[in-house]
Amino acid sequence: MIRFLWRRFLWFGLTLFCVVSVSFFLMRSVRGGPFDNERSLNPAIERNIQARYHLDWPQWKQFLHYIGPLNLAEDGAELIGGDGTDPFGGILTGDFGPSFKYRDFTVNDIIAQSLPISVSLGSIALLWALILGLTAGIASALYRNTKTDVALRLAATTGIALPNFVIAGFLVILFVFLMPLLPVAGYGTPQHLLLPGFALGAPFAAYIARLSRTGMLEVLSQDHIRTAHAKGLPARLVLLRHALKGGLLPVVSYLGPATAGILTGSLVIERIFAIPGTGSHFVNSALNRDYTLSMGVTILYTVLVYGLNTVVDLAYTFLDPRIKLEES
Amino acid sequence: MDQPKRERWNLGGTQMESLLKEIARFKGESLWQDAWRRLKASRASWWALVFLAAFGGVSILAPVLPLPSPTAIDLQIEPQPPVAPWTQFGNNGYRPEYWDLNAIDESLVSLRQSVFGDWQFSNWLGTDSKGRDILSRIIWGSRTSILVAIAATLCSLLIGVSYGATSGFLGGRIDNLMMRIVDVLYSIPFIFVVIFLITIVNEYRIELDRRGINREIVFYVVIGAIYWLTMARVVRGQVLSLRKTEFVEAARVIGASSTRIVFVHLVPNVLSIVIVYLTLTIPAVMLFEAFLSFLGLGIEPPKVSWGLLAVDGSEVINPVKIYWWLIVFPAAAMGATLLALNILGDGLRDALDPKLRGKD
Amino acid sequence: MATALDVRDLSVRFDTQHGNVQAVDSVSFSIEEGETLGLVGESGSGKSVSSLAVMGLVPSPPGVVTADAMLLGDRDLNRFDAEALRRVRGKEVAMVFQDPMTSLNPLLTVGRQLTEVLEVHEGLSQAEALQRAARGLGDVGIPAPEERLAAYPHELSGGMRQRVMIAMALLCNPKVLIADEPTTALDVTIQAQILELMKDLQEQHGTAILLITHDLGVVAGMSDRVNVMYAGRIVETAATAPLFDAPCHPYTQGLLGSIPDLTRVAGENLYSIPGQPPDLAELPAGCAFAPRCERAREECGAGVPATLEPAPERRSACLDAELLAKEGGAL
Repeated sequence: MIRFLWRRFLWFGLTLFCVVSVSFFLMRSVRGGPFDNERSLNPAIERNIQARYHLDWPQWKQFLHYIGPLNLAEDGAELIGGDGTDPFGGILTGDFGPSFKYRDFTVNDIIAQSLPISVSLGSIALLWALILGLTAGIASALYRNTKTDVALRLAATTGIALPNFVIAGFLVILFVFLMPLLPVAGYGTPQHLLLPGFALGAPFAAYIARLSRTGMLEVLSQDHIRTAHAKGLPARLVLLRHALKGGLLPVVSYLGPATAGILTGSLVIERIFAIPGTGSHFVNSALNRDYTLSMGVTILYTVLVYGLNTVVDLAYTFLDPRIKLEES
Repeated sequence: MDQPKRERWNLGGTQMESLLKEIARFKGESLWQDAWRRLKASRASWWALVFLAAFGGVSILAPVLPLPSPTAIDLQIEPQPPVAPWTQFGNNGYRPEYWDLNAIDESLVSLRQSVFGDWQFSNWLGTDSKGRDILSRIIWGSRTSILVAIAATLCSLLIGVSYGATSGFLGGRIDNLMMRIVDVLYSIPFIFVVIFLITIVNEYRIELDRRGINREIVFYVVIGAIYWLTMARVVRGQVLSLRKTEFVEAARVIGASSTRIVFVHLVPNVLSIVIVYLTLTIPAVMLFEAFLSFLGLGIEPPKVSWGLLAVDGSEVINPVKIYWWLIVFPAAAMGATLLALNILGDGLRDALDPKLRGKD
Repeated sequence: MATALDVRDLSVRFDTQHGNVQAVDSVSFSIEEGETLGLVGESGSGKSVSSLAVMGLVPSPPGVVTADAMLLGDRDLNRFDAEALRRVRGKEVAMVFQDPMTSLNPLLTVGRQLTEVLEVHEGLSQAEALQRAARGLGDVGIPAPEERLAAYPHELSGGMRQRVMIAMALLCNPKVLIADEPTTALDVTIQAQILELMKDLQEQHGTAILLITHDLGVVAGMSDRVNVMYAGRIVETAATAPLFDAPCHPYTQGLLGSIPDLTRVAGENLYSIPGQPPDLAELPAGCAFAPRCERAREECGAGVPATLEPAPERRSACLDAELLAKEGGAL
């Protein structure tokens, strides 16, 4: 298992390096800089800004500076901190640098502020998705081809068919205007996250419902279920001990892509419900050419998704004794 | 002679397939006949197909229908509610305003003008805050959305199938390497790639226009480049397992040439899984287009797409007055179409994959 | 000897979209304690369905099970409700299935699958159940049984898995053991071992065994009496040796004739029964075997042949039963 984790880590490092390099150079080779949208500045001030953010350095130097804890500044004047040392340590030390847009904050600050919010939103969405999806899927499988099954499957397919912001819109109309139960926007109390969490998690709930239904049906038609019945085990025991584990394995594998999808979907949901999470920062940073913030969020998301996928793979091997960790 | 009481739940427990093996009728149909028959038998899939065909027809004929213009702006204070067709069927307020149409559409529009003149349907589904008719925008929007979906999916199809088939066919270390690359790409959250690419494309829009590459084409390619990964994996898996099957061996043994093996045996089997994934990718792409439009990176006005419509709708939620028609009708249209596509995709999968027979 | 299982006039019908299929038609058989009854037939003859019907495992839509009586000892299983049947299953009537790889749950340990039978039926604690389970594994000849309890099915060989299945079935000392093709999925050498094992256990516990198979060799080696089934009906009943010596039904004759014989002259064609097994949804009126039978004549299509008794303790559903008995030397 250590070998497995080590290999995963190496591949991850490689992936991340590719992502970082490509985005870095891509962003900078495209014309237009982070300060284009500002009012036109006095050329002297502009030069200072360029120097301060090291935009006048050759690209490779900027890149190295960004990555590693190298102290590349030659002259001590006009640096952040101004005492002769460059306080920017590079991402290898976990420092993502200053935000080009939000002058008074570093990227780390912004992420530290917004990440917990996004994580809570994402977790609630995942919870909604699992609870709704599993219940619906298992019920569908047990009451197969009855009206309940058909209704649940229709609901599931609808959940996949509508964009999450449309679902959000409907929810808002329903719960905020017609039946004023929940607050509409902003962040503060747990109730604030209920509606956005549901809108975010709905398509995934639908998919989980389908997956668990198919998985359960597949397991229930296997020989060992027949054996369990032939042994005289009560129905509930057959379901809980024999069927559930195997039937829900596909859902476990899906958790990886599902989390990635929830991260993506949060971009939209955060905007609609005015939740100050990292998602909204990402889109704005790309549009504002705020390099450091944009890179920071990208790296963050890549780490999260990769890490989660690895956890899911590990979990899978614990659940199914037939699967050994492959040398991937 | 009482029957034992039926179990409360259907907990399976016996292999129905093996029990009823003896009664399966042997008709010796080809894979496609068999699949078509099964598709027709599934009522849900059949109706989905009918609905999509009908909708597609209306969509193609949009320029000819006496619809109001989808872009004619009427600066009013607020969106107008729907006018029921029985109250007012049509009026004479037609203004022939559109974005740049291609030649065929232009001629269709002139045809419509000569036939219907000034007459147009009334605002059966209401108008939005700029006075544009919702029904017209939905139908015209469907053309854009469907076109984007099909074009992007075909892009991903081309890349994915070639890549996957090559990888599967060559096998060995090349296959390993190619799939590694796919894995690496898979773990990159593609949303960032898209946003990057589209922002970059925006920068260079003038140069691209000069070379005749408009923004849409780049859009298709970008989206296609995202979705090919799954297709490649699926195709490669299929090709790999087919290579090892006995029927390929059998074909070789009776002296079939490689070409024959590939086209007569391998392609039809890969084709079925590709078709299934196609019908499931198209709705995903449509949703993605809506998502991008929401972020401002998708289709631009004056052109209209369902994504933009949904965005318009969700933006006009205010506590004073709920302009429900702005969100309900576009959502219904989008939802119904995507629902139909998903149902059709499921139906196709059940029809084309005999192993799943009996599971539903 | 008391009768362990007595099934009278059992019929199973499936109502499906392809039509109504009579999978089992008026089947009756009985097994004494300590006796092995062989149930022989091709795929689709209804032998498996009959056994499932006895256990109450036929899926109820679309299956319809009717019987005059299914007596286990002196209790009629046919009149039991679902819960009562469940209590009987695994405890007084147990079943061993064909493919031990798929019949065992791959995600649970062998020990778990064994102990749950004891926990459910005899209310044992886990510790007690584990001890019994280990003993059960030892009884079926599995070495180091205590360690095996923690193993998963995929870690065992085919023969061992089938032994586990047998151990599982015999844990509660059932009166009747139904073995549905217990050796078909195994290597030939292992087959013999498993059959020996079953015979030993039968002697020890006095279990009645219903042995379902299409393999005449298995039947010959193990059963005391044989029922031959075709298209859902029993066509011949006899003790094993007389059946093999002098079959009284053309189908049985065909089956026996199909066994390749080492004494035949090389170069002769192998014999097989001409034609195909019938489509159960469209059975011919009259004798189901008639379309493939050399002796068929008009009367055979008139109605299902009555069961005749051409010799003591022998029954055959063929109009020519007595003729065949004479030809074969049974009389």
